[in-house]
Amino acid sequence: MTLGGWIAMLLSVGGVTALLGWCIYKVLATPESTRHLHSQVDITTPDILDSEAD
Amino acid sequence: MDDRQGQRGSGGNREMWASRLGVILAVTGSAVGLGNFLRFPGLAAKYDGGAFMIPYFIAFLLLGLPIAWSEWAMGRYGGRHGYNSSPGIFRVLWRNRAAPYFGVLAMVVPVMIYMYYVYIEAWCLAYAVRYLFGAMGFENPEQFFTFFAQFTGIEQDGAAWAIEGEGLLGSGVFFLVLCFVLNFVLIYRGLSKGIEWFCSWAMPALLVCAVIVLIRVLTLGTPDPQKPELNVLNGLGYMWNPATERLGFFESLRKPEMWMEAAGQIFFSLSVGFGIIITYASYLKSDDDIALSGLTACAGNEFCEVALGGLMIVPAAYVFFGHETLQASQSTFALGFVTLPNVFGKLPAGGDVIGFLFFFLLFLAAVTSSLSMLQPAIALLEEGLGLRRRASVAMLGFITAVGSAFIVYFSKDLTALDTIDFWVGTFGIYVLALFQVILFAWILGVDRGFEELDRGAEIRVPRIFKFIIKYVSPTYLLAVFAAWAYQSLFVVPEGQPSRLQAIVENRTVQLSIGLIVLVSALFALLIAQSVQRWRAAERAAGGKKP
Repeated sequence: MTLGGWIAMLLSVGGVTALLGWCIYKVLATPESTRHLHSQVDITTPDILDSEAD
Repeated sequence: MDDRQGQRGSGGNREMWASRLGVILAVTGSAVGLGNFLRFPGLAAKYDGGAFMIPYFIAFLLLGLPIAWSEWAMGRYGGRHGYNSSPGIFRVLWRNRAAPYFGVLAMVVPVMIYMYYVYIEAWCLAYAVRYLFGAMGFENPEQFFTFFAQFTGIEQDGAAWAIEGEGLLGSGVFFLVLCFVLNFVLIYRGLSKGIEWFCSWAMPALLVCAVIVLIRVLTLGTPDPQKPELNVLNGLGYMWNPATERLGFFESLRKPEMWMEAAGQIFFSLSVGFGIIITYASYLKSDDDIALSGLTACAGNEFCEVALGGLMIVPAAYVFFGHETLQASQSTFALGFVTLPNVFGKLPAGGDVIGFLFFFLLFLAAVTSSLSMLQPAIALLEEGLGLRRRASVAMLGFITAVGSAFIVYFSKDLTALDTIDFWVGTFGIYVLALFQVILFAWILGVDRGFEELDRGAEIRVPRIFKFIIKYVSPTYLLAVFAAWAYQSLFVVPEGQPSRLQAIVENRTVQLSIGLIVLVSALFALLIAQSVQRWRAAERAAGGKKP
């Protein structure tokens, strides 16, 4: 492991960890986050609702 | 305006997300899948690790993140105008006869990736079940390698049906059928609540398992004293050193295919250029946040990929197999399956339990991803052809079953899987991403696009991304594409034939390309039919376009 390798690893891992940490902070600081933020898994498409009703 | 987007699961389903922590887990967990723990390490190993990370991070900042935001914005815009499928949304955004036909890619990419994704999902399930029954007690790395080769039929076509004397536990096809049935039951019955529930506990459990495995990898030391060079520090060096023994820093970057595959990996793992985000975003309300949601999903994905997948699998693979084997790995997805069992075997206690949990949770994560892959095509069949959800699912079930059977049969060197993964999972995504970024920045207009992105946003996306999306991303994509095409066509490669040469020389590659063309033609016909219906509906409504 060279010095360049250590720098690349620390910057990469540190960078993505910091980015995720900042996002978590922003979500926690958002009062309406539970109603207002979304991901693919919590979007129930209308056709699924229709399908469940059938 | 269609009011369907107001019907998403923000009522009863929302009760599941009782806390903000639940939101974080849902948003970050939605992006985690096989790409993080299996595909990324395989690609990093193929391209000498450290060198690969440069184009990888550049692609994340200049392509992945901005195009993800673009897709969320275009999808919600299209949904507000009454369309949920990519061809319909493209038609709303660009009033041109050709526009919906670019949606062929947005159908082919998720559907064909599903064909092999579900097979790899089956490998995860098979490994989990084998750990449960204590059938993974191999003694050395070579035995794990041999088992994987036999299980997946790498030695010859048609050999993936079963390992002799192992019964159902040695049958990849059995587990594939099991996964296929499970996926289609979930999709057919629309069991979205179950998937939400799963995400709320399985993702944290997967991360805990990954951290345990990571700690063990970092404390492996030198497992074989006869080979002192195969130690964890050298493994980390292989993954992270920008220059290698064979190639200097700048020399290692002169591989256009590596730049293309790095961008492809970013797109693959963020689900950008898939047609998935654009479809799901179309169901959102117009004041829902898409900026922070998109960024958090990307950040969670990158954390799992780089901080866990990158630190775990490539260094461990180096320690157990060495440099040469790493680069000779047949498929980008194979590395994790031959490496991780060695790490589980080196745990002081509970190796089988961790092995079972890790592969089972990875299997469940893969299930959530594979379910979302079929929604873009379902949306087209419903709104374009007027089919009911269950009829759409049955039709897709047939198409994907034929494709998966093809991939399982042509198992020698995993050529069919690898070919479709490159031409659809990298090249197709790449072209679709290029089209979408042009659509967003130049046709919808970057100012209107950002208006959409800012509506209901919890963060203000830095305005530098306007410049990036309009100029940098398309130029970057075109430049890498041109360099890759030039090298593939005109530079004589050392060792393996180029992707284009392989089409001329290898029969399985030819058949795989034929399958891609066939599926593309099918979706082109379906889109043509859909366009006719949309036009008829518009004429009936007095010539009004949405």
